[in-house]
Amino acid sequence: MEIRRDVFQAIADPTRRAILSLVAIQAMTPGSIAENFESSRQTISKHIQILTECELLEQQQNGREIYYHLNAKKMKEIADFIEPFRKMWDDRFNKLESIMKNYQPKK
Amino acid sequence: MEQKTKIKAENDKQDLVITREFDLPLDLLFKAYAEPEIVAQWMGTKVLKLENKKHGGYEFETSDPNGNVVFKANGTIHEFTLNERIIRTFEMENAPFAVQLEFLEFEKLTEETSKLTMQIVYKSPDLRDQMLKLPFEYGLNMAHNRLQEVVGKIVKG
Repeated sequence: MEIRRDVFQAIADPTRRAILSLVAIQAMTPGSIAENFESSRQTISKHIQILTECELLEQQQNGREIYYHLNAKKMKEIADFIEPFRKMWDDRFNKLESIMKNYQPKK
Repeated sequence: MEQKTKIKAENDKQDLVITREFDLPLDLLFKAYAEPEIVAQWMGTKVLKLENKKHGGYEFETSDPNGNVVFKANGTIHEFTLNERIIRTFEMENAPFAVQLEFLEFEKLTEETSKLTMQIVYKSPDLRDQMLKLPFEYGLNMAHNRLQEVVGKIVKG
């Protein structure tokens, strides 16, 4: 139960989702991941650490470099992996609803 | 608690269905999809083009506060039937995802409530799962929306 909660915390953060989507395409070093963000390397490496602790990322030693890749199995294990996707649409539709509730037709 | 927005995505299928019930009359719900200024508000994106007709097209673009474009999407409208149906394609630009096909059905439930059913068909089951698991472009978009809301509040005082 605790692990489950951690995984959701991990994927609730937009930066961490962005990291997951980057490494989903190809395995990357921490440096090359950090290049995609404006945050400091330390911040990104903290995010990577959290994702690794949740087993969403796996390390792979390649010569001197450590590469991170997506643990697809773990992603599949998250029964509710579609929750962020649902939440995204829910937020959007909530916004639509509140805008239209206040809608005044132009005359 | 019953969720207002539901996603149905069966294993190994290349489509998914999003349903949502709104506390809005049908015509207001449809209007939120038809009028560019309103689409821009709830999608949190700039609407460069929105031609609501068969063979029409649309273009969305979202920039970060520095003016860099972070999200760009376009599509073709295949059907636009007032208060009933929109069929369109959706393609994110500069993203490694194939174009998708969207069927939007608008239904009246009561005088004051309505329902949207949105079926999205992807190129492959893998692509669908990828889109489900990693709403990356959307994630950026949402972060941007939140930022805009905050900025909007500050500006309005």
